[in-house]
Amino acid sequence: MIVFDGVTKRYPGGTVAVDNLSLVAPNGKITVLVGPSGCGKTTSLRMVNRMIRPTSGTITLDGRDTARMKESDLRRGMGYVIQHAGLFPHRTVLENIGTVPRLLGWDRRRTDARAHELMEQVGLDEVFASRYPSQLSGGQQQRVGVARALAADPPVLLMDEPFSAVDPVVREQLQDEFLRLQDELGKTILFVTHDIDEAIKLGDQIAVLRVGGVLAQLADPAYLLNHPVDDFVADFVGRDRGYRALSFQPTPRLPLRPERTLLIGETTQGVAQDWALVVDDANHPLGWVEPRRVTGEIRSEMLHRGGTVARASGPLRGALDAALSSPSRRGVIVDDSGSLVGTVQAHEVLNAIEEAARPEVADPTNPGAPAR
Amino acid sequence: MINDVASWLLDPAHWTGPDGVPARTWEHIWYSGVSLLIASLIAVPAGLLIGHTGRGRVVAVNLAGAARAVPSLGLLFIMVLFLGPRLSGDAASLWPSLIVLIVLAIPPILSGAYAGVEGVDPAARDAARGMGMTGWEVLSRVEVPCALPLIFSGLRSAALQVVATATIAAIVGIGGLGRLLIDGQAIRDFPQMVSGALLVAVLALLVDLALAGVQRYAVSPGLTGRTTTRGGGRAATDADGTTDADGIPAPGAVFAGEKELAVRREAGKTEPRHNS
Ligand SMILES: Nc1ncnc2c1ncn2[C@@H]1O[C@H](COP(=O)(O)OP(=O)(O)O)[C@@H](O)[C@H]1O
Ligand SMILES: [Mg+2]
Repeated sequence: MIVFDGVTKRYPGGTVAVDNLSLVAPNGKITVLVGPSGCGKTTSLRMVNRMIRPTSGTITLDGRDTARMKESDLRRGMGYVIQHAGLFPHRTVLENIGTVPRLLGWDRRRTDARAHELMEQVGLDEVFASRYPSQLSGGQQQRVGVARALAADPPVLLMDEPFSAVDPVVREQLQDEFLRLQDELGKTILFVTHDIDEAIKLGDQIAVLRVGGVLAQLADPAYLLNHPVDDFVADFVGRDRGYRALSFQPTPRLPLRPERTLLIGETTQGVAQDWALVVDDANHPLGWVEPRRVTGEIRSEMLHRGGTVARASGPLRGALDAALSSPSRRGVIVDDSGSLVGTVQAHEVLNAIEEAARPEVADPTNPGAPAR
Repeated sequence: MINDVASWLLDPAHWTGPDGVPARTWEHIWYSGVSLLIASLIAVPAGLLIGHTGRGRVVAVNLAGAARAVPSLGLLFIMVLFLGPRLSGDAASLWPSLIVLIVLAIPPILSGAYAGVEGVDPAARDAARGMGMTGWEVLSRVEVPCALPLIFSGLRSAALQVVATATIAAIVGIGGLGRLLIDGQAIRDFPQMVSGALLVAVLALLVDLALAGVQRYAVSPGLTGRTTTRGGGRAATDADGTTDADGIPAPGAVFAGEKELAVRREAGKTEPRHNS
């Protein structure tokens, strides 16, 4: 548990970057610090591992005052991930990941074994072990950065905009994997981002900071979207917040329709619909075709791939988006293994939304309490 | 003329004895090596310290610039006048020569070292500190290895200048290949002078080659881009699942949810995928 108690940081120039911040980051949870640029997120994060020293106030880690701990011990006991990964260019992926274990005096064999294990956990193929950072894409570098932070299995992770320098598709993928990893590992995580969507997706609780380093609101995502405390927070969480709130409503039983499917290489003879769904051998959706326009066999390049697919067990937002983005207006729903289970139309999703209860929110008299 | 030089060089008599080519070359290497070593012992730590702390940069730049502007010959005579009476025998000529060479070698080595450290990716340095490296560990494990290419280029440029300039030791009466030039001039033996100049040039080239060899061995391939020819070619630009190695979108990749599932499957290892 990380506890900020009345923490203030005033830089030599007089800038107050963080103003009397009190905050608890509970064990095993992801606490996100979010806010506009310059609101003191990075400063707050870096005060935890004392890369920056607070001007006043204390930060304790499981009850121990971090100011009284030896800096190198404190930092070796916390994973640290930053925006541009900050990998060591002269070291291979494996060596990068093994940095902290080596600092802690592990022998080579144990370090390498651990590094290989981590590469697997963060989804990096073995072939990357002997590569250098310059040979990796941004997304891969971030994976190495996360693996490196986890190497000595620290209970705490500090992450400063770790996914914001990669393109949106890769970012989403990294976020998903990060959540999966956290499900397994249950670390105490302090995560900084300026992106409210990311905060909502990843946070167990979210601390919204305003410029000047003042905590505006601390709440869980659903509560934050439904009950922003003031105009600043309301504005910051954005105009789409009703739509975003759907992210927290698991899909109820949607009235799924069976869909006539075709395989690549089949002909569309006898298919009367305007749009038909093409799947692969494993019944994974590939894309839509317009039978009228297809003469002969269906080929891969004929597919309209524009639509998203949603998991039946996922939140309502995905199902609605699948319906809205589908060229046939029928949203593709799959099971957890990616196999087609049926399609659903937007009005059916809306009905489901209407019928579902509002998302549960925390006690409004105690906005700090996480609802989940 | 070329024939004269060739026959001078091929004459076995010029390759033996205390003023033969091997002995002179050895002296030359010795002066150059000692000067470079002493210059490195001063300039490398100073440069690393300046780069690491970010302090003293202005002083260093100005000192190095001033040192560059010092005329070697002038300094040599001043040193002989100043040190000559205080030292005896060969040392009276040797040390002035070495000092000139050291002064010559310091600026490139110093700027190479501090520019190398200063140029280290700030994110890498930040990460190193954040992982709990002490200042010394950051310097020795991250900054120095990353600075090596520039440290070497400073060293090599110093070596070229020192080997070329070590000929001046002969002016104050001690050895080295410069003797071929000075003695040759005294007796108007032009083939010998040209041979001497040629040998100095060849030596400089060989020293540079040797240092390049050491550099190749010492500098991580991660910093030089030599990785492309090792270990089976360049990595795919993006193996995050959005693109196959050949750049063709993977089937169904635009189906965002499908991709996400592919990632989950991959993570669950039910379907091995190869990223390269
Ligand atoms: N080293 C520093 N010296 C002086 N001011 C700083 C320093 N670092 C950050 N600041 C100022 O403190 C404020 C908060 O910065 P920062 O914590 O980096 O914000 P964020 O990460 O939220 O963008 C900004 O106004 C910034 O200009
Ligand atoms: Mg920041």
